[in-house]
Amino acid sequence: MGKKIEKLLIEFARIHRFMMNFLREVVSPPYEFREIIRQCYEIGWKSFPLISLTGFIVGFVFTKQSRPSLEEFGATSMLPALISIAIVRALAPLVTALIGSGKVGSQIGAELSSMNVTEQIDAMEVSGTNPVKYLISTRILATTFMIPVLCFYVAGIGLLGGFLSLSSQDDLSFLSFFTQVFEAIGIKDISAMVIRAVVFGFTIGFASCYVGYYSSKGTEGVGKAANTAVVSSMFLVFIEELLIVQILSFFG
Amino acid sequence: MEKNRAKINFDDVVIHVDNVSKSFGDLHILRDVDLKLYNGENLVVLGRSGTGKSVLIKMISGLLKPDSGIVNVLGQQVNLLNERELRMLRQRVGFSFQNSALYDSMTVRENLEFPLVRNQRNLTRGEIDKEVSEVLDSVGLLQAINQMPSELSGGQRKRIGIARTLILRPDIMLYDEPTAGLDPITCLEINTLINEVQERYRTSSIVITHDLSCAKTVGDRMVILLDGKFERQGSFEEIFDTDDERVKAFYDYNFIT
Repeated sequence: MGKKIEKLLIEFARIHRFMMNFLREVVSPPYEFREIIRQCYEIGWKSFPLISLTGFIVGFVFTKQSRPSLEEFGATSMLPALISIAIVRALAPLVTALIGSGKVGSQIGAELSSMNVTEQIDAMEVSGTNPVKYLISTRILATTFMIPVLCFYVAGIGLLGGFLSLSSQDDLSFLSFFTQVFEAIGIKDISAMVIRAVVFGFTIGFASCYVGYYSSKGTEGVGKAANTAVVSSMFLVFIEELLIVQILSFFG
Repeated sequence: MEKNRAKINFDDVVIHVDNVSKSFGDLHILRDVDLKLYNGENLVVLGRSGTGKSVLIKMISGLLKPDSGIVNVLGQQVNLLNERELRMLRQRVGFSFQNSALYDSMTVRENLEFPLVRNQRNLTRGEIDKEVSEVLDSVGLLQAINQMPSELSGGQRKRIGIARTLILRPDIMLYDEPTAGLDPITCLEINTLINEVQERYRTSSIVITHDLSCAKTVGDRMVILLDGKFERQGSFEEIFDTDDERVKAFYDYNFIT
């Protein structure tokens, strides 16, 4: 028991040191703009096909499933408002974060871990390049920036899915659907969505980088790092979602 | 090939490992080891796998910290340097890794450019290209400039790894098992390259190996690591002219494996 607590405390100390290193490197020049842009492309742009499909299906299916419940009360006209609130407040950030954890988290975890196994990180260090600055800070910044961008995109594509689902059964114009959508959501909802996405993006980047950077040596370590990166990112995203909902409802 | 030892300056110690110990948990890897590398010298550190040879050069390059003792490189005590000072020192100490450690996602050109552009940020495109071509030419692989590391053979990867460290014109080279996993002919080529690097770039080197033909070809002086200590040092003949069973076993081990 004592050994387990000791191990846990050492892990916390290592996470704390990793965070401090990241914060120090991210604010100190020279800044790695080129690498950040490259990572944004890798993390963001290359996720668009997967995120498009997922976002569209979520919007389409959610609308389809919600319809019978509202139909019972003759309230199908409320569907655009319901869809927009559900997507912007909850579904878009969560779906983006979960897809991001799976795709981006495993990618970062496996990449850094294999670099670690093949001594590429050591090689970088001995050639005068700080790996925390070049590899870690750039990836964390890229996920923190790109997950919100992807989140906006998922919201848009999800609403489009919702519209197509609705218009297949009702006589509803594109303009009137989106007028109702924007009437239902306010700046507060959009702000909450951005806050969630930023927190989730940072979490995915940080957890995946940490797991990859400190992975155990050997090929087994690479698979384990990819797996742990995904599981820990998803787990933390759900915990954060719970906390953010509580905090935001506290502030009204 | 008889080596020219006249260029070694025995008054100038470039690396001094003084009374250094290192353990990992309960495993005592190095126990109060002392080592000196002189300017212009190729020093070979012999020892079986897992005896702490790589740990030693990782401490010299600042990747690991000793538990006790002092590691002095080019007049600077490595474990007392701040990050900036360590970065500056590392530019003068090249490290060739056992598995070459080439960046998989970059071409050979990008691998070589990487340390150069990050440490000397004011270079023009033309200057970078010139440096890359020159150093690639010196390892005989100019034609591989646009290839990916995955397209290279083991020997070629070793050469590119050495070229990548040479591009910063280091004063000291640390070679970690330079011939491990290579066929005998490629081993000979790598050994020749290590000697050429010493001649051409006037480097002092530590070569970590358990390969006796490598040791004999490149070493001006040798030390053998046994049970965490340097038990013997001198020329190849001086090292192995002994009744010490451990040394004899190491010698035999080379011809059995």
